[in-house]
Amino acid sequence: MSALLRLRGITKVYPSVVASDRIDLDIQPGEIHAILGENGAGKSTLMKLIYGVSQPDEGEIQWQGQTVHIRSPAQARQLGIGMVFQHFSLFESLTVAQNISLAVKGSIRELSARVEETGARFGLPIKADTVVHSLSVGERQRVEIIRCILQNPKLLIMDEPTSVLPPQGVQQLFETLRRLRDEGCSILYISHKLEEIRQLCDKATVLRAGRVVASADPASHSNESLANLMIGRSIEPPPHAPANAGDAKRLLIQSLDHVPTDPFGTVLKGISLHVSPGEIVGIAGVSGNGQNELMRLVSGEELHSAHHAGELSIDGTCVDRLGPLQRRTKGLGFVPEERLGRGAVPELSLSLNGLLTAYRHGLTRLGMIRFGAARKFARQCISDHDVRCGGEQSLAGSLSGGNLQKFIVGREIALQPSLLVLSQPTWGLDVGAASNIRRALLQLRDSGAAVLVVSEELEELFEISDRLYVMFDGHLSPSLTTRDTSTTQIGRWMSGEFLQETITGASDH
Amino acid sequence: MAYRLVARTETSLRAQLLVPLAAITLTLLAGSVLFSLLGKSPLAAFHAFFVEPLSTRYGIGEVLLKTGPLLLIAQGLAIGFRARVWNIGAEGQLLAGAMAASALALHFDTTESVWLLPAMVCIGTLAGAAWAGIAAWLRTAYNANEILVTFMLSSIALQLLYYLVSGPLRDPMGLSFPQSALFSDAALFAPLLEHTRVNNSLYLSFGATILAWIFVQRSLSGYKLLIGGLAPQAARYAGFSEKKAVWLGLLIGGAAAGMAGVGEVAGPLGLLQRSISPGYGFAAIIVAFLGGLHPIGIVFAAFFMALIYVGGDMSLVSVGLPNSSATIFQGMLLVFYLACYLFANHRLQKVEIRH
Repeated sequence: MSALLRLRGITKVYPSVVASDRIDLDIQPGEIHAILGENGAGKSTLMKLIYGVSQPDEGEIQWQGQTVHIRSPAQARQLGIGMVFQHFSLFESLTVAQNISLAVKGSIRELSARVEETGARFGLPIKADTVVHSLSVGERQRVEIIRCILQNPKLLIMDEPTSVLPPQGVQQLFETLRRLRDEGCSILYISHKLEEIRQLCDKATVLRAGRVVASADPASHSNESLANLMIGRSIEPPPHAPANAGDAKRLLIQSLDHVPTDPFGTVLKGISLHVSPGEIVGIAGVSGNGQNELMRLVSGEELHSAHHAGELSIDGTCVDRLGPLQRRTKGLGFVPEERLGRGAVPELSLSLNGLLTAYRHGLTRLGMIRFGAARKFARQCISDHDVRCGGEQSLAGSLSGGNLQKFIVGREIALQPSLLVLSQPTWGLDVGAASNIRRALLQLRDSGAAVLVVSEELEELFEISDRLYVMFDGHLSPSLTTRDTSTTQIGRWMSGEFLQETITGASDH
Repeated sequence: MAYRLVARTETSLRAQLLVPLAAITLTLLAGSVLFSLLGKSPLAAFHAFFVEPLSTRYGIGEVLLKTGPLLLIAQGLAIGFRARVWNIGAEGQLLAGAMAASALALHFDTTESVWLLPAMVCIGTLAGAAWAGIAAWLRTAYNANEILVTFMLSSIALQLLYYLVSGPLRDPMGLSFPQSALFSDAALFAPLLEHTRVNNSLYLSFGATILAWIFVQRSLSGYKLLIGGLAPQAARYAGFSEKKAVWLGLLIGGAAAGMAGVGEVAGPLGLLQRSISPGYGFAAIIVAFLGGLHPIGIVFAAFFMALIYVGGDMSLVSVGLPNSSATIFQGMLLVFYLACYLFANHRLQKVEIRH
C-alpha cells in the first residue's frame, strides 16, 4: 500500500533555529499517527509545513504518490488535509453554523442540521445557533473539529485535541477518531499525553530538536519509555510530601453568588472554598462550568457585586471592592488561562512583559522604567524555567505556547506571592516542562504559600493537590482530601453528582 | 498567478520607516496626475509646493510657524492614539485654549507683567484639557463614544467662539467687527527669527516633544497606556485602570491642543477672531499617524505637513492652483498612509496555482 502522505528530507530553517531538520515521515491511509515531542521540538513547524501555512526550504512532500507544493491552507484543504489548531480560529460574534458556513458550502439551515447531526454522531454535542463567544474553550474545539469533519478530509491533523476535554469527552473523541479512521481518514495526532497516544495511536514518530529520533509502535512502549525517547532523559515525578497546611485561611470565599457581566457567562451559586498557607488546592471540572468566572472574581478582573450574597477575603480582609493591583499588594499572584493578550502582550518583548505585573518590585524609579532591571528580571525568569527563546528581547508572540506559559508562571512565582492562583497551568506543555512547573508549585507550597489550581487535567490535580473541589454548572462541590478520593469519584462529581449528594446529606466531607 | 495578504510575523523598523516615505511618494505621484489634469505642469506645482517655501527666509519662517502647532497637537494626540483613545476633536480643544487665553489677555489688557503670557499658556492648556475632559467624563461615566463626543465638542467650541467674538469679547472700538481688541505686547510671544512671523511658542512644541519622548519611551504611565491600547485584557489582568487611560489619553491630547491655541492667538494673530486655526487639530491627526505615533517621527511629519500648508498658499499665487489643493494633498496623504500601513504588518504573497 502506498503512503497517503510521504515527507522526505523536509528542512525548514528560521533565522535563529533549524525548526525541521531532514524529516522523513510516512502516513498510511487509515492510521492514527502520533507526533510526539517537547515544546520547541518542531511539531508545530512540521504541521504548518504539511498544512501549507509555511513552505519547506528543502525536501519533498508526496501526497498520494504525487509530489506536491502545498502553498496555502486552502490548497491543503483542497487536497483533503484538515487541521484543528490549538488556538482556535472562530469569529466570536457569529453563531456556530455561521462560522462553519465560512468554510463549508451550504445554507445556514442545512448546515445547522448537519452540524448537530455530525456532532451527535461523533459525540461532540453542540447547538448550531449558539454564538461562539458564549462557548467554553472545550465547546469551541468541538466546533473546530466538526468544521473539519464536514469537509470530508483524507487526513486530519489534531494539535493537542484533548487538553480541553473532560475524561469522558476524551473517550468520546477517541471513538470519533477511531470511527473516522475506520472510514479511511488518516489522523495525525499531536499530544503530550503519553497514555492517550498509547491508547489511541497506531504509530508514533518522536521528534527532538527538529529531528526524527524514533519511530515506534506506541502500544508496545510504556509511558516511561516513550517519555525517555521524547526528552532524551528520564523524568521523576515531583516529590509530593503531605501538605503542612496551617489553620489560617489565606483565601476564603463564603457562600458566594455572582452574576457575571458577560450575559453568556456562568452564574455562580453558593461558592464556598478556602485555601490555607502551605497547601495546594485543585478545582476540577469541565471548562465552561464557571471556572473562568470564579477566576476573574478571585483575580479582581471582575468585581463581586455587592447586591449578591457572600464575600471574598484574603488573609481575613474582605477584598470584594479591590481591583487586581490592590489584591496583588496583598500577595496575590495569578496566571490566567489565556496567555496571549491577557497573561502577556504578544507585540512586546519578554522584558516588557515581565514588567506587566513585576513593575512594583523595584523595576521602576520615580515613575520611570528601569530597563536594565526589567531585562535582568526577565532573564532570571527565562533561566529559572528553561524558557526556550531568543533572549529577553524576543517578542512574547514569537514564543511557542508552552514556552510563553513557562515565562508567565515563572514571572508570577518570581514575585513570591503568598497566594498563587493558576488557571490551566500546564495546558499544552510537554511532560518535562509540565513536571518542572508542578515541582515549582510544590516548592512554593512548601515555602508557605497557598496555591489554587484550576485544571482540566485530573492526573495533574491528583499529582500535586492536597485537597480538591469539583465545579459543575456554577456550583462548587464540598472539598475532598486528594489522598482519600479516586478519579472515579471526581469523574462522577464532574457531571454534577455532588449536588444530589449534598442535598441528601450523603456527603460527609 | 494570484496574490494574497499574509500577516507579517514581526514588524521591522525598515517597514515602519518605509511606510510614510511610500505614502509621500504615492501622494506626489497622484498629485502630478491631478495637476496635469488641471492643465498645470506638475513640476512647477511641486516647485511651488516644496521648494519655494524653503527658498526664502520668509517661507521658512511660515513653515516653522505652522510646524509649531501641528507638532504640539500631534504629540499629545499620539499618546492617546497609542492607548486607542480616539480624540479627533483637537480642533475644539485648540479653540477652548485660545478663548481662555484671550479672555485673560483682554481682561489684563493694560498690564506689562511678564507673568501674563505664562498665565495665558497655563489657562489655555487647562481649558483645552478641560474641554477634552468632558469627553473623558462622558466616556467613563456613560460609555459615550469619545470619537463622536470630541468631534461634536469641536462644533460647540466653534459656536462658542462665534458668540464670544460677537459679544462679550468683541472689541468695543472695532466697528462691530466680530473680533477682539488687539492684545497688549505683554500677551504676545516674542519673535524668534527676524523678518518672519515665527515666535517663541515654537520652544513649547519642542519642549513637548522631549516630554512626549520621555513619557512614551521611559515612563511607567506611558507603558500602562500602551498596554491598554495593545491588549486591553492584559491591562485589566495587570490591574491598569482603563478609566485612567481614557482620562490620561484625552487630557494630554486636550492640554497640548489648548496650548497650541494659545500659541495662535498670542502669536501670529494677536487677537481673538472667528478663524483661529486652518484645521490644525484635524491635520495633526494625520501628522500623528504619519509619524508612526512616535515622538521623533512626528517631528518630521509635522514639518512635512506644514510645508504642504505653506506650499498650498504659495502655489495659489505662483501656479494658480485652486485653493483646496493643500486640503486635497492632506487627504491623499492620509489615504495613502493607511493603504501603505497595511503593508507594515502584512505582505503580499504570490500564490501559484498549479495543477
